[in-house]
Amino acid sequence: MAAQQRPLSPHLQIYSRQITSVMSIMHRATGVFLALGAFALMAWLLACAGDPDSFAAFQSLAGSMLGKIALFAFAGALVYHFLNGIRHLLWDVGWGFEIPRVYASGYVVLALTVVITAAIAFVALNAGGAA
Amino acid sequence: MSLRDPLALARGLGSAKDGVRHWWLQRLTAIALMALVPWFVVTALGLVGADQLTVRATIGQPLNATLMLAFVFSLFWHAQLGLQVVVEDYVHGWLEIALQIFIKFACALAALASALAIGRIAFSV
Repeated sequence: MAAQQRPLSPHLQIYSRQITSVMSIMHRATGVFLALGAFALMAWLLACAGDPDSFAAFQSLAGSMLGKIALFAFAGALVYHFLNGIRHLLWDVGWGFEIPRVYASGYVVLALTVVITAAIAFVALNAGGAA
Repeated sequence: MSLRDPLALARGLGSAKDGVRHWWLQRLTAIALMALVPWFVVTALGLVGADQLTVRATIGQPLNATLMLAFVFSLFWHAQLGLQVVVEDYVHGWLEIALQIFIKFACALAALASALAIGRIAFSV
């Protein structure tokens, strides 16, 4: 351990929020949230493979207000993590490290997340409403 | 105060030599999910409001069952790799070890259960 008290870097709270840092932590947060979604997917597959009662139970849960909110949140998180993941893969191959490009790709990801999530919700609600 | 050189304290405790494998598998599963997630979203949207027989008939088609298996395995593998890093970063001590074990077992079990469900659907259509 360090014997002397070295100066600490400023605490996170005093930094002004930037799109770079916010999108970075959002990638983690959506990733953890989507891990829960993966277990919901497992539950859906098990319900489909099970008897009619288990399928009906899953359908009513997914169709409830809470279920719809959860599915919408999963959809939004999935779209964001998917698009931002592509951004990460592009960085991995060395593209887009210049700060203007980091910002531009960040705004593209955010805009597309809103558009695609809205499209998914629109299709899902219309299909669900018809059934 | 210890007389040991700081380097001596750090030496041998560094890389566990599996960082590259972790990094690479995270990217590999990400690339797989880049193809499988759009397929899953389109397929799942097509099944909104469908009855159980329709859902089973769709998932049970050989191509769909294969892709669903690939999706589930890629997904839980990717989730496990990601959760592992999050726990490494924010949780320490015995809770960290307990969580790491729990996450690995939970993801493995969920992947197995999903595979079993897909198999049951595919082989009973």
